[in-house]
Amino acid sequence: MGIDRDTVHYVAGLARLRLTEQELDELTDTMGTILEYVDKLNELDTTDIEPTSHVVDISGHLRPDRVEPGVTQEQALANAPDTKDGLFKVPRIIEE
Amino acid sequence: MSYETVIGLEIHAQLRSASKIFCSCSTEFGAEPNTHTCPVCLGMPGMLPVLNREVVSMALKAALATGCTIPPRSVFARKNYFYPDLPKGFQISQYDKPLAEFGSLTIDTGDGPKRIGITRIHLEDDAGKNIHGENDADRAFSFVDFNRTGVPLIEIVSEPDLTSPEQAAEYLREFRRLVRYLDICDGNMEEGSFRCDANISMRPAGQKEFGVKTELKNMNSFRNVQHALEYEIHRQVDILESGGRIVQETRLFNADTGTTASMRSKEEAHDYRYFPEPDLLPLDVDRAWIDSVKTEMPELPRDRQQRFQKELGIPPYDAGVLTSEKPIADYYEAVVKAGADPKAASNWVMSEVLREIASHDQLPGFNVTPKNLAAMIGMIDSGAITGKIAKTVFAEMAKTGDAPDKITEREGLSVIADTDALAEIADQVIAANPKQVEQYRAGKEKVFGFFVGQAMKATGGKADPKALREILLTKLRG
Amino acid sequence: MDLWRLSIREVAGLLAAREIGAVELTRAMLERARDLDAELKSFILLEPESALRMADAAQQLIDDGKAGPLTGVPLGVKDIFCVPGSPTTCASRILQGFVPFYHSTVTERLEQAGAVFLGRTNMDEFAMGSSTENSSRGISANPWDTSKVPGGSSGGSASAVSACQCFASLGTDTGGSIRQPASLCGIAGLKPTYGRISRYGIVAYASSLDQAGPLARSVADVAIVLQAIAGRDPKDATTADVPVPDYLAACDGNIRGLRIGIPEEYFAEGLDPQVEQQVRQAIDVLAEQGAQVQPVSLPHTEYSIASYYIIATAECSSNLARYDGVRYGLRAEGRDLLETYTATRSQGFGREVKRRIMLGTFVLSSGYYDAYYKKAQQVRTLIRNDFLKAFERVDLLATPTSPSVAFGIGERIEDPLAMYLSDVYTTSVNLAGLPGLSLPCGFADNLPVGLQLIGRPFDEAALLKTGEAYQRSTDHHLKLPPAAQSSGGRE
Repeated sequence: MGIDRDTVHYVAGLARLRLTEQELDELTDTMGTILEYVDKLNELDTTDIEPTSHVVDISGHLRPDRVEPGVTQEQALANAPDTKDGLFKVPRIIEE
Repeated sequence: MSYETVIGLEIHAQLRSASKIFCSCSTEFGAEPNTHTCPVCLGMPGMLPVLNREVVSMALKAALATGCTIPPRSVFARKNYFYPDLPKGFQISQYDKPLAEFGSLTIDTGDGPKRIGITRIHLEDDAGKNIHGENDADRAFSFVDFNRTGVPLIEIVSEPDLTSPEQAAEYLREFRRLVRYLDICDGNMEEGSFRCDANISMRPAGQKEFGVKTELKNMNSFRNVQHALEYEIHRQVDILESGGRIVQETRLFNADTGTTASMRSKEEAHDYRYFPEPDLLPLDVDRAWIDSVKTEMPELPRDRQQRFQKELGIPPYDAGVLTSEKPIADYYEAVVKAGADPKAASNWVMSEVLREIASHDQLPGFNVTPKNLAAMIGMIDSGAITGKIAKTVFAEMAKTGDAPDKITEREGLSVIADTDALAEIADQVIAANPKQVEQYRAGKEKVFGFFVGQAMKATGGKADPKALREILLTKLRG
Repeated sequence: MDLWRLSIREVAGLLAAREIGAVELTRAMLERARDLDAELKSFILLEPESALRMADAAQQLIDDGKAGPLTGVPLGVKDIFCVPGSPTTCASRILQGFVPFYHSTVTERLEQAGAVFLGRTNMDEFAMGSSTENSSRGISANPWDTSKVPGGSSGGSASAVSACQCFASLGTDTGGSIRQPASLCGIAGLKPTYGRISRYGIVAYASSLDQAGPLARSVADVAIVLQAIAGRDPKDATTADVPVPDYLAACDGNIRGLRIGIPEEYFAEGLDPQVEQQVRQAIDVLAEQGAQVQPVSLPHTEYSIASYYIIATAECSSNLARYDGVRYGLRAEGRDLLETYTATRSQGFGREVKRRIMLGTFVLSSGYYDAYYKKAQQVRTLIRNDFLKAFERVDLLATPTSPSVAFGIGERIEDPLAMYLSDVYTTSVNLAGLPGLSLPCGFADNLPVGLQLIGRPFDEAALLKTGEAYQRSTDHHLKLPPAAQSSGGRE
C-alpha cells in the first residue's frame, strides 16, 4: 500500500514541515516505496502477540521527591534565539 | 420539548510534591521566570525523564479516596503536538493504561446524595506558561516561562453523570475539598493548581443516546464553570429547538460577557499520535505500595462530615462548615475531645474561630488551643463567666495564648453572682433612674430590659444574668 | 616511535610510567588528526583548546599517582554526545550554535577517568544513515579507499580510529551505526545491551533502540573503554541495575566449549560471496580454538528492517519535535509561530531526517497506528523471541556484520530503501536489545570485512572474550589502511 499526495501533505503539516512541490512529489514516491516494503509485516500472523515497547526487563527506576539545584535563568536562556525579561520570546500564532 | 443536560468534567490538579514529576526542579509557585528549570524540563537535547515516587503515592491517594481500581501496571504515553510552552514537543501522559479507573465521588444535591462516576485518573506533566505580549512592541509575540513545565498533574475524568450546572459546581467543590484533605493539591483555581474543563450535551428528555457535546475551557472559578454551563445549555437548546445541529467543538468561556465562543481551531483537530513512552518503563504498583499509602490516608471529608452528624449530633449545616477544611475539622474535634459540648464547640468554631483566622493556613499560628477553648466553653457552662464576657476572654486568649481561667482571674472577669453585690448594683440603677421605675411600675414591662442593660453595664457585663434579673424583678416590683 | 600505532593499553602504560607526557601526546595526535583530515574528514571539529586542558588535567592525575586505564588517552567523540562548552550539532543545521552546559553521563565518566577528547567526529545527521553522507558538515572517507564511505551513522568515529587519528572513539548504534562502520573500516565496535549504558545527554534518535558504545582498533581496547562507561545511571530510567564485570579479565583467551550459533538466515541471498567466505573462515578459526559451532535459525530475520524502520522513525518523529527554534539551535523567522516552526524545521533538517520524520509521523497517525506501529512492535516480540530461543542452545551467534564491503560515496544515497537494506544483519540486534560486537575478519577487494558476534542480554563479556581470543591468533586488526600511513612524513 503506497500513499497519496494529500496524505503526505497532511502529515507534513502534523510534523511542521513545509515541503516544496518537488519535495512533496519525491516524498510521496519514496514513502510509497518504503511503505510498500514494510507491508511485508502483514505476512505474519501476530494475533495474541504482545507488542514490545521496552526491551529491558527491570522495574522502572523512580526517584525520591528531593529538590536539586537546576540551572540559572541565564543558563536556561543561554542558547535561546530570542529572549526578553527572562522569558523566551517567540512569534505569536496569528489566529489567537 | 424538554431537554436533559449531560455534563462530564475533566479536572487537572497539580500535585504538591516538592520537586517536579520527571526532574528535581522545585515546583514552588511564583518564582522569577525560568529559574526553576533544568535541561530535562527545558526539553534540551539528550534529556530523559525519571519518575518521582512521591508523585505516584499522591496520585494513589486520589485513586484510593475515590474507590478506583488500581491495575498493577500502568504505562506512560507521549501525547505529541507543537506549542511554545511544550518544550519536548510532546506531553508525557497516560493513554490506554492509566494509573486508576472506575471510581466515584458522592455529592450532595437538592434531592439527596448522588454518586458521580469517575472514569479514570492518570498522571501527566504540566506545560509552561505562554504569556501573550501586550503593548505595541510585543503584540506580535508570546513570552514563555518554563517554571511550570514538569509540575505533576493528575487528570480526573468523570463519567457524564452530572445533570446540572449546580451539580457540576458541587462536584468541583467536593473534589477540591477531597484533594486538600489528602494534602496532595492546594485546590487553587485562581493560581491554576486546580483546573477544570467541561463537556456538555443536551438530549431530549427520555432519550438514551447522548447529543453532540461541546468542550468548554477557560473557566477559572467554580462560579465561572457554573455560568459557562448555564450559558451553554441555553445556547444548545436554542439551536436544537430551532431545528439546528450542535457542532462538536471546543469553546472558550469569556468571564466578562458570560458567554462561550468557538475556539476557531487553527489547525486540524489534534492528532496526538499517542505511543508508549520509551524512556519510562511501565509503572508497577504492588499491594505493598498501596497498603503503605493507605496508612497515610486521613478520614475522608464526606465520611467525617457524616460522622460529626451521627456521633456528635450536630446539624448538617454545621457539619458541612466544620469539615470544609481538614485542619478546621481537626481543630473542632480536638475541642470536643477536650470535653466541650459538640454544639457549643461548633458555634464557637464556626463564628469566633473562623472569624479570627481568615484561612486554615493561619491555624498553626492561632493562639487559642483546643484545650483552652474547651475549657472556656466549660466555664460558660458552669456559670463561671457569662456568655458575653466569654467573647472578651476569647479575644484575650487569641492575643496571648493564655488559659481562660488565668485570663478571667487576671482581668477580673469572673461572673458576679454574689446576691449582695448584685443587690447593691440594682439599688444604684433603680435610684439613678426614677422615671423608668415609674414607667415600669405603671405597667410598661419592656422597660425592664433597660434596667438589665444598665446593671450589666455597671458590672462590666459580669453580672450573672439569671441572678440579676431575679434581684431586679424583686426590687422593681417590690 | 609512532605513538599513534599503539594500543590503548600500551599508550596508557607509557603515560602512567611518565615516559611520555599527556600534553605532548595530545598535541601530536591533534596535529595528526588535522593532517589526515584533509583527506578523511573524520572530525567535524577538532578542539585543541579543550583537549589540551583535558590533557593537563590528565597529567595532574598521573602525577598524583591516580592514573587509570584511559588517563591521558586521546579519543574521538561522535557529535551526538553533549559535552559542556563543546558545540554539539549532530551534524545538523538545526543545532547550529547549540552549546550544551551539561555532560552526557558517558562523556562525564570518561572525563573523570582522565581521557582526552580531541574533537567531535562526523556522523549522519541525527544518526540517521548508513554512510555518513547525510551529514550537513561534509562527507567522511573510508581510510581504506577514500572513494568509499566509512559507513554510518558513526562514520567519523570509525574512520578516525581506523586511520589512527585517535586511540578509540565513542559512537552510537540504533540499527547498526557502530557495528557497520566498524566493519567497513576494519576496526572493532561494540553495541552494548540496551540498558547497559546511560543515554542521558546523548541526543535521542530512537529511544528504545539507541545505545552508545566504543570503537577501537582491538577488542581489548573496546573492553577498556566499555569498562569506564558501563553501569546504571539514576538519570536514565532505562539503565539496568546489573553489575558491571571486569571485561578485560574476562578476555582470558579460552573459548573451549563455547557454543556458537550460525543463523542460516544471515547467510542467504544478498550476502556478497567474498564477504561470506571471510566470515566463514573466521568461524573456522573460532572452531579451531575450541568453540562448538552449530546452525540455528532466526526465522523472523527478514522482517527486522521493516519493523525497525517503523519503530525507529516513529520514535524519532517524536524525539525531533523539540527542534522548533524556541529554546536553542536554528530559528528561521516567519510571520507567525506556525511559519517559524515550519521554516526552522524545513531549513534545519536534511533530506533523510525529513524523510524519517514524515514516515514516523505517518505510522503513528490516527488510523494507521495499529496497522504499522503496533504491528511492528508485535513483530519485534517475535524477533526477540527468536534470539532468546536460540540462546537456550548456544552462548552467542556469529554472523557477517554487513552484506557487503564499503560501497562508493554517492552510490546508494539516491536509493533510500537500498541504503536501509544494508542494515539487514544489524537491526534485529537493536530490536531485541542484545549486545553486538563487530571485528575485522578479513578483506574482500582490499576492503575490510566484519564478523559480528551477538550475545545474551548483558553478556558483553562473552563477546569480548571471543573477539579477543580470535584476535590473538589473527592479524586483520593489526593491518593499517593506506590513509593511516600517509601522514606526510610527520612524526
